[in-house]
Amino acid sequence: MNRPSGLAIYAIAYLVFLYLPVLFLPLFSFNDGTIVAFPIKGWTLEWYRQLGGQTALINALVNSLIVGLLAAMLATSLGLFAARAYVRYQFKGKQASEGLVMLPLVIPGIIVASSMLVLFISIGIKPSLTAITLGHTFLALPFAVSILKSAFDDFDPSLEEAAYDLGSGVVETFRRVTLPIVAPGIVASFLVTFTVSFDEFVLAFFLSGNETTLPVYIWSQIRFPAKLPNTLALGSLLLLASVALLFIAEYFRRRSSKPSTGGTT
Amino acid sequence: MALSGPATLYVGLLVAAPLCILIAYSLWTQTYVSVDHTLTLANYREAFTDPLVRYLMIRSILIAGAVTLVTVALAYPIAYFIALRARRKTLWLLLITIPFWSSYLLRVFAWKLILGFNGVLNSALLGLGLIEEPLAFLLYNEFAVVLTLAHAWAPFAILPIYVSLQKIDTSLLEAATDMGDSAVQRFRRVTLPLTIPGIIAACLIIFIPTVGDYVTPSLVGGSDGKMIANLIQVQFGAANNWPLGATLSLLAMLSVGFVAIVFVLTASGLGRRIR
Repeated sequence: MNRPSGLAIYAIAYLVFLYLPVLFLPLFSFNDGTIVAFPIKGWTLEWYRQLGGQTALINALVNSLIVGLLAAMLATSLGLFAARAYVRYQFKGKQASEGLVMLPLVIPGIIVASSMLVLFISIGIKPSLTAITLGHTFLALPFAVSILKSAFDDFDPSLEEAAYDLGSGVVETFRRVTLPIVAPGIVASFLVTFTVSFDEFVLAFFLSGNETTLPVYIWSQIRFPAKLPNTLALGSLLLLASVALLFIAEYFRRRSSKPSTGGTT
Repeated sequence: MALSGPATLYVGLLVAAPLCILIAYSLWTQTYVSVDHTLTLANYREAFTDPLVRYLMIRSILIAGAVTLVTVALAYPIAYFIALRARRKTLWLLLITIPFWSSYLLRVFAWKLILGFNGVLNSALLGLGLIEEPLAFLLYNEFAVVLTLAHAWAPFAILPIYVSLQKIDTSLLEAATDMGDSAVQRFRRVTLPLTIPGIIAACLIIFIPTVGDYVTPSLVGGSDGKMIANLIQVQFGAANNWPLGATLSLLAMLSVGFVAIVFVLTASGLGRRIR
């Protein structure tokens, strides 16, 4: 332990490399000038103030919230069943099923996007918020399953057995024993899958018809240098929202895997 | 088991059905406004003979390979530090993963602002008097694409390597030291071989998605940094030639799969030899 210096310095330099680029967005969002370069001319909140008056932006935000909430709900529900099955039971094809559910993580985005587009058109779903929601559910499912799997991992099955022995039915046992124990995991999964959907761009870009989501809106704004300060302000707000959601999710995830709430051994 | 059914079915359907439809589309042809449903291999012939397709496909694979190499090489020491040296592991892991949860689009956008001709980096260097005029080679080339992708995918490389380092039984390391291995020998003969599976996983997790990345080459690649995803998007967008787009998607998938399989076989063979 006497020579952690070299590695520790490298680790800190790495963190700087990881964070610094992203931090330029909020820094220049307060810059009183339209060119993103040093020196900073002065400080202003004007760019943030202008955001409120842009109806296209507000519409995109509402769309993103709707899509995110629905996709998070769908992915978390599907993930809840799957995670319970994976942790609790042994069955034929379990490994294949677990592998398949993780697949969306490793398929290149452009291939998911183009193949979903042809699928949805072929079965008569026009590019729309519905199409984006279905696509985002697909992308978010691996995250839901892995978070909920760890929630069930720390859950002692004998607690459910005890409830049955004491005369509780299936529904009552689920409501009074299973749900309270797994609830933090469900909240964590919901927040994480919402964030995945809220930040997703390529799929939404392919599947959005007349109604766009926030990342697609930002994409359309990036091309206009005059809109740059507004885009920076909007981007900074999004960064803040994502990080806040992640911290809340992390809080619930930790609560779900504390041994005191789950196992007795 | 019935419980995992819905999730498996959902993913299975959304993988299998589009794949079948993509294959069908790739065998059709585009005639101005409508799709001709006669089965033909014309799209494949076009894809294989068009030098642009081959060029973009090879470049995408080379860029993704470079990104994988850079990212994994930079990530290994961090994973090593967190797994075997750091005291507050959870805090470090959290710090590493936070940037990943911010919008990918915005992270790429940030690099565009930093590397631009009149951008953050050039203006800072000019202001400090380190350069006389802005550096033009920073943005709109392969370098910018590799740098941006390496930054965006960093956490993905760290986690699998971290997990494989975490699993190492420390008594093996102690045994190596007791038998007279130096720190370097111990790393090369014990630590590194035991983390080969983590390294392979990290490589695949980065290589596969980056081959098909669209945002980064579009924003920071310029005309010299375009990749296969840009060509696919054009077919589904402006060129309105879905059959060709479907063919290119399938070929990209096959190329990625082929490279990945060759890589896994070579890497695990190498791993066995080190041991």
